[in-house]
Amino acid sequence: MPTLKIDEKEVTVPPGTTLIRAAKELGIEIPYYCWHPGLSVAGNCRMCLVEVDKMPKPQISCHIQCQDGMVVRTQSETVKKLREHVLEFLLVNHPLDCPVCDQAGECGLQDYYMKHGLYDSRLNENKVKKGQKAVPIGPTVMLDNERCILCSRCVRFTDEISKSHEFGIFNRGDHSEIGLYPGEELNNKYSGNVVDICPVGALTDRDFRFKCRVWYLKKTESICPGCARGCNITIETSHDRPTGVENERVMRLKPRFNDEVNDWWICDSGRYGYHSIDQNRILTPLVREGTAAAKESNWKDALKQACVSFQNLMAQNKEQIAILLSPMMTNEEIYLAHKLFVETLQLSRVLLLGVHPNGDQDDLLIRSDKHPNRMGAEWLGLIEGKEVTQKLVSEIEKGLIQGLFLFGQDIVSQFQSERLNGALNQMRLSLFIGSNYNQTVSSARMILPGASYAEKDGTFTNFEGRVQRIRKALFPLGESRSELEIIQSFAAQLGLDLPSQTSEDIFLELAGSVPKFRGMTYDTIGHEGVRPA
Amino acid sequence: MTQKLISRFFEPPYAITLEHYSYEAAKKAFVQMRPQAIEAEVKKSNLRGLGGAGFNCAMKWSFVPRNTGKPIYLVVNADEGEPGTFKDKYILTYAPHLLIEGIMIAAFAVGIHKAYVYIRGEYEQPFLNLKCAVEEAYQNGFLGKNILGTQFDLDVVIHRGAGAYICGEETGLLESLEGKKGYPRLKPPFPAIVGLFGCPTVINNVETLSYLPFIIQNGGEWFAALGTEKNGGMRLFSVSGHVERPGVYELPLGIPLRKIIFEYAGGVCGGRKLKAVVPGGLSAAILTADEIDVKMDFDSLRAAGTMGGSGGIIVLDETTCMVEALQVTMRFYAHESCGQCSPCREGTGWIYRILNRIVSHHGRLEDIKNLTDIGMFLGGTTICALADGAQMTFLSYLKKFRREFEAFIQNKEMACQH
Ligand SMILES: Cc1cc2nc3c(=O)[nH]c(=O)nc-3n(C[C@H](O)[C@H](O)[C@H](O)COP(=O)(O)O)c2cc1C
Ligand code: SF4
Ligand code: SF4
Repeated sequence: MPTLKIDEKEVTVPPGTTLIRAAKELGIEIPYYCWHPGLSVAGNCRMCLVEVDKMPKPQISCHIQCQDGMVVRTQSETVKKLREHVLEFLLVNHPLDCPVCDQAGECGLQDYYMKHGLYDSRLNENKVKKGQKAVPIGPTVMLDNERCILCSRCVRFTDEISKSHEFGIFNRGDHSEIGLYPGEELNNKYSGNVVDICPVGALTDRDFRFKCRVWYLKKTESICPGCARGCNITIETSHDRPTGVENERVMRLKPRFNDEVNDWWICDSGRYGYHSIDQNRILTPLVREGTAAAKESNWKDALKQACVSFQNLMAQNKEQIAILLSPMMTNEEIYLAHKLFVETLQLSRVLLLGVHPNGDQDDLLIRSDKHPNRMGAEWLGLIEGKEVTQKLVSEIEKGLIQGLFLFGQDIVSQFQSERLNGALNQMRLSLFIGSNYNQTVSSARMILPGASYAEKDGTFTNFEGRVQRIRKALFPLGESRSELEIIQSFAAQLGLDLPSQTSEDIFLELAGSVPKFRGMTYDTIGHEGVRPA
Repeated sequence: MTQKLISRFFEPPYAITLEHYSYEAAKKAFVQMRPQAIEAEVKKSNLRGLGGAGFNCAMKWSFVPRNTGKPIYLVVNADEGEPGTFKDKYILTYAPHLLIEGIMIAAFAVGIHKAYVYIRGEYEQPFLNLKCAVEEAYQNGFLGKNILGTQFDLDVVIHRGAGAYICGEETGLLESLEGKKGYPRLKPPFPAIVGLFGCPTVINNVETLSYLPFIIQNGGEWFAALGTEKNGGMRLFSVSGHVERPGVYELPLGIPLRKIIFEYAGGVCGGRKLKAVVPGGLSAAILTADEIDVKMDFDSLRAAGTMGGSGGIIVLDETTCMVEALQVTMRFYAHESCGQCSPCREGTGWIYRILNRIVSHHGRLEDIKNLTDIGMFLGGTTICALADGAQMTFLSYLKKFRREFEAFIQNKEMACQH
């Protein structure tokens, strides 16, 4: 293991470690553009040059490997001058259109200019004219070639990570341009990531463009609910300011690094799936008489009415009640629902049902199971069975089930059944608890608006058994309430003694009783999640 | 005239067909010598790489690991892109069999069974001549299986470039040969360890290899003695520009530049005065008329602040406007920079545009200071040596002809006499 000195600080690293990584370990920041820890080394930007004793020339720290006894300087006058001039070179043909650039505020050129540049411009020449500005290169990404610093990160991403090979660098010298190969468009399942790794405003997100200045964004850590991978994300929201879109609070999602789950990346359907947080939402409790349109109600009346129906059914015959929990629910919600319906009310038909059709899967991130918490549900004792589900569905169709609780599942479109549609309508209590409108909502007798995942706290367990936290980024929209709250107020309405607890309280309780979660707390789960000991 | 080695084939009857060439050195090497003995002779010869970098040839071979289980490749650099250099073209055109013999000797010495010749795209006749010679060599048992009755096999593949200077840089060349864009690679690893298709690779210039037959025939010590102490033998100087007799001259290393210009190339055209000389291809620092007593070996030229490079000598007489000469020079680098490294990509173009402005009479005095400052950061920090070469030549003009640049800007007219 080589031991070396960087800026007078000693560090010992595994053989093969590059200088830039060793410096990071010491907390020494070396600026860079083209280097990305998840991609191969290109070494083209020359921003990370440092001085190494006994080497005649400055070396790029992204490429050079640590050797025993090396003495490295990252802050010498020479190094500072080199950085300043690399920046000057990078800006020679840059349009400096920050006022109209979406990247402003999170731009590598702006940031490093303030830190390492601050020279007076001495450019008197015209800039090289590159292709058109702002060209859509696919459904998700816009390319502005003038702003490109030719770091080749996007090329390496599409070659090495998405393996879709759309990008190339065309022409030579300062006429070099990023572009797509003839006949290609940037349309792969991971296309949005190139926007994240582009250090400048050359690749911008068509979905996000001009909606909001990035310095107004509030960032909340969360987990993508789009599939069983549970990619770590940041939900970026805008509050109390006009934005480029009406009635949307979430401006964008960004992947959050977790080398145990998703590295630096997320898929496009996760990235752009956030619109359901603000659109197509159920905003008040709804009650439906027969086939008529549902009528707006309020929590008090709706809960009361639900309880009366429920109690009647309980008194009559418990077997005609079915509670369908979902692998979209958090561990806390499943635990609490289980506690109420199974342990307290002694219902026998409490089942797990995930209604999204199974989708595609690949070797990178995407899992075919489109539910974020099936593993958690299994740990809590709920295993979905195809036959049991089929049996239940046909019982519903036949009218044998008179009380049905759905936690967000759109069973009508899932099973494509007209009879199901009618059955829900005829049922004495068909209660849908969920956040967004769908076909099932159009037939259920009662609808209680639930919160979206961005509006509550909780945990999901991904397919590899990693327990990860979602955090409340927003208040529940309209009158919607978190499922925990809904279960608790339903219990209260029934006159049951289910204490009102926070999500964290419930998690502590379940960690105390469910073996897989033993010893976990919200603190130990932290930012990266944990797996069972 | 000193003796002629390679250049004896530049006259009839040439070495274009086997009618006039008999592969005596290869026969000696294959039949009488062990590979180690060949390497030892090359080491003694002090043969330096004649493509540009002047790296000791035997030393380069010695870096190649022999027992990795992977094939070793020989790549022949016939891209000849350095402006002012045209000696490889002569070899390829008039003595392709000599080159093939050199390839055979190098391959036998290092244990190589496949050689690629990467030839400049514009070289049409040289390519055709080489192609015919390779075919002829195959037909006569100099290439292919069991060469000269031994167990040794060797194939030669010719690959034509597509007109990029950067594909002469050895790792840019390898990328291009692999079918990719000619972007020079980060080093280390060097091609000797990880080269073509990830295998150990020897890359040599056409001329370097073409001296091997002579070294085998006459011994390494004989060759070394033709040159100076550390710069073995002779080399082909391409002389162009304002001289009476431009052409390729084969002369011993260490010969004074003055002698090449005034004795061999017939002096400056029309008896005009000498102004400046580019001594080793465009990328070598320019020399003033006062500096031409320098000896033309790698070490002396380096000591004089320039380099031996590719042996391309460009002579400029008193009518030359140095501002325009530099403009043309920098246009080349701006055009040929591959565009990977920020300083080279942006710096060469920026400098060129400033020079354009100066030449079109919109220069300002502070331009000279700015240009010098930009030039200081152009090279020394990039992936390949293109930027270093551009920097070297660029700064030398500004330093040695600064007065002329100032005069040009101030008088708004040419300082030269035309
Ligand atoms: C920009 C650039 C262009 C080059 N072009 C050529 C060339 O056209 N032909 C050549 O033989 N070497 C060229 N070289 C030098 C090669 O990189 C390499 O040093 C040489 O092929 C090695 O062969 P040698 O040791 O026999 O000289 C070039 C180098 C640079 C940096
Ligand atoms: S578009 Fe962005 S990521 Fe791609 S090369 Fe240009 S600056 Fe780098
Ligand atoms: S120095 Fe210039 S030519 Fe060489 S790799 Fe860098 S950009 Fe390309």
